[in-house]
Amino acid sequence: MQQSNRLRPFFENITFDRADNEMILNFGPQHPSAHGQLRLMLHMQQEQITKAHPDIGYLHRGMEKMAENMIYNEFMPTTDRMDYIASSSNNYGFALAVERLIGLEVPRRAKVIRMMLLETNRLMSHLFWLATTALDIGAMTVFLFAFREREYLMDLIEDYCGARLTHSAVRIGGVPLDLPDNFIGDLRKFLDKLPENIKDYEDLLDTNRIWLMRMENVGVISTEMALSWGCSGVMLRASGVEWDIRKEEPYELYDEVEFNVPVSDKGDNYARYKLYMAEMRESAKILYQVLDMYEGTEPALMAHAPQYISAPKLDIMTQNYSLMQHFVLVTQGMRPPVGEVYIPTESPKGELGYYINSQGGAYPYRLKLRAPSFWHTGILTDLLPGHYIPDVVSIIGTTNIVFGEVDR
Amino acid sequence: MRAYTPKDNVQKKPYYTDRYWVAPQVAKHDVSSDEVFAADLEAIKAKFDVLDAYIQVEQMVVVINAHDNFAVIEMLKNERAYNQLSEMSAIDWLATEGKFEIFYQMLSMTKRKRVRIKCKIDEKESIQSVEKLFRSADWSEREMYDMFGVVVNNHPFMKRILMPDDWEGFPLRKTYPLQGDEFAAWYEVDKIFGKEAREIIGPENRDPARIDRYDTERFSRLGHEVPFGTDITQGEPDTPLVYQESEGVFLIEKFDAEKSVVISDRDR
Repeated sequence: MQQSNRLRPFFENITFDRADNEMILNFGPQHPSAHGQLRLMLHMQQEQITKAHPDIGYLHRGMEKMAENMIYNEFMPTTDRMDYIASSSNNYGFALAVERLIGLEVPRRAKVIRMMLLETNRLMSHLFWLATTALDIGAMTVFLFAFREREYLMDLIEDYCGARLTHSAVRIGGVPLDLPDNFIGDLRKFLDKLPENIKDYEDLLDTNRIWLMRMENVGVISTEMALSWGCSGVMLRASGVEWDIRKEEPYELYDEVEFNVPVSDKGDNYARYKLYMAEMRESAKILYQVLDMYEGTEPALMAHAPQYISAPKLDIMTQNYSLMQHFVLVTQGMRPPVGEVYIPTESPKGELGYYINSQGGAYPYRLKLRAPSFWHTGILTDLLPGHYIPDVVSIIGTTNIVFGEVDR
Repeated sequence: MRAYTPKDNVQKKPYYTDRYWVAPQVAKHDVSSDEVFAADLEAIKAKFDVLDAYIQVEQMVVVINAHDNFAVIEMLKNERAYNQLSEMSAIDWLATEGKFEIFYQMLSMTKRKRVRIKCKIDEKESIQSVEKLFRSADWSEREMYDMFGVVVNNHPFMKRILMPDDWEGFPLRKTYPLQGDEFAAWYEVDKIFGKEAREIIGPENRDPARIDRYDTERFSRLGHEVPFGTDITQGEPDTPLVYQESEGVFLIEKFDAEKSVVISDRDR
């Protein structure tokens, strides 16, 4: 503490007076490159980190508690607030978990639209990742370029569901809307241009001396460490484990589309950067195939299950029984069967899982959100020691953590 | 007479309940229907007591005794190739059984299978940490302690993770109200000013959408601005809007809808 009657230097963040010359540096929670509300307590010897304590919880809103006090459909907009960079993937994970619990089959057109949303969200998330990480490291141009492309995607999503950030664009049992007329053409236009955009980013970064110095051989995660810490997504694949839930445990139409799973065995920041770039190209590839699938699907958008899902609007407006069902489902909520389910999906950040324990009531008895970023933050405890302060920024950058998801 | 509200479960209850409603069950399949799971279950059964085992939604659920948790997970990791602990947490059954249920969600990447190991402990009982096997349990167990108050033995850093260190109560228990208890309501006031300041400061207003239309110190209405702190309970003075650009400021022009252009296609 500062004592006003003594003339001693006082710095808010740094404690100097330790016997063994150890310094404790308080990084965050308001640090601009902490990607949200991350507080890191770093024990330092000179510039080198000897111990790291990530401190989280600054964005804790108690989503699991909220879920226990809400009907299932009410919880959907709350899932937007987890990984708010790619909200549709959260919506989708939750919808899929409830559908598997009930045992619903979703119409094919809804599946196609969901695939489009999931992959556009993956692109948005990866572009955002590239932009912010490059900005943290000082590459302002890449930030502007990537945000420009992300803006187009956000406009597309806005055309579809009216929201740019918190989409709620997926419903339990399907999707709420069909694609607007311009959607397919606009998305195709965007995808045609994307390869040259990605090439622009790579031209700026791949041979950039500063970028390579900050990325190569920094933040190396071994395979054992990645598995032990429950890493998933790019964090796992950059460490040499070929595991993509879209490929291994396919959901939706992922078993019908062709795509590769990029893997690297380097485990460092640069490997993760390369994987994000490769994944963007793969997403584009998937989107092209899904765009072709859209034509020729039946127009139904929601599953037919009167006990759980409201009828289409036309039926509600014309048929008394549908209206009654809808009224009951909106006021009381659906009551899924008794049982429990854990459904993992491959969100842009990694394995996003929803564990739902239903006791047959309108509210879930227990809902556990398995957010990938939670463990990608935890791994900093073991990853940071031995690194230097500038590396902290680039490592946090490539872990791609989002605090809505860490704290939930 | 006041309506009875149970104290052991203060979660929201449905307004309408059907006495004759019998909830359907999610199908539980026999473990022998899947070869891989059957072999895993045999291996567990050879060494440990298995209280129940079934396959639900393509994943095997094995219920074991709580004191076996470390050994079972160690065996699954080292001998049965379950190389990742995706998730673990607790479920509060205190109101009905007086127990916590702990589940470990495990994944085998070579077999592409997922197994859920479950066990039950009493409220005051503690459980063995599996942090030595999976580092991911370090944070999960801290979260479980934080949310449920389940103490984990042999954990390297048993401390709250999401809530503040000096928090009272365990938020995910069914006895904990959604809006928070009295401690939660006064947390900041107690901590910063002390308990004696509660009366002076008053309860914190946690409704961020609350607007007092007569409060001119904290709220303003666009187009009806009045000077700070003016009393408008007796009717408000008419405040003419003055924009600086109407006076002619360098480089700033007044918006003209006629001259503006709407971009319809952004050439994606």
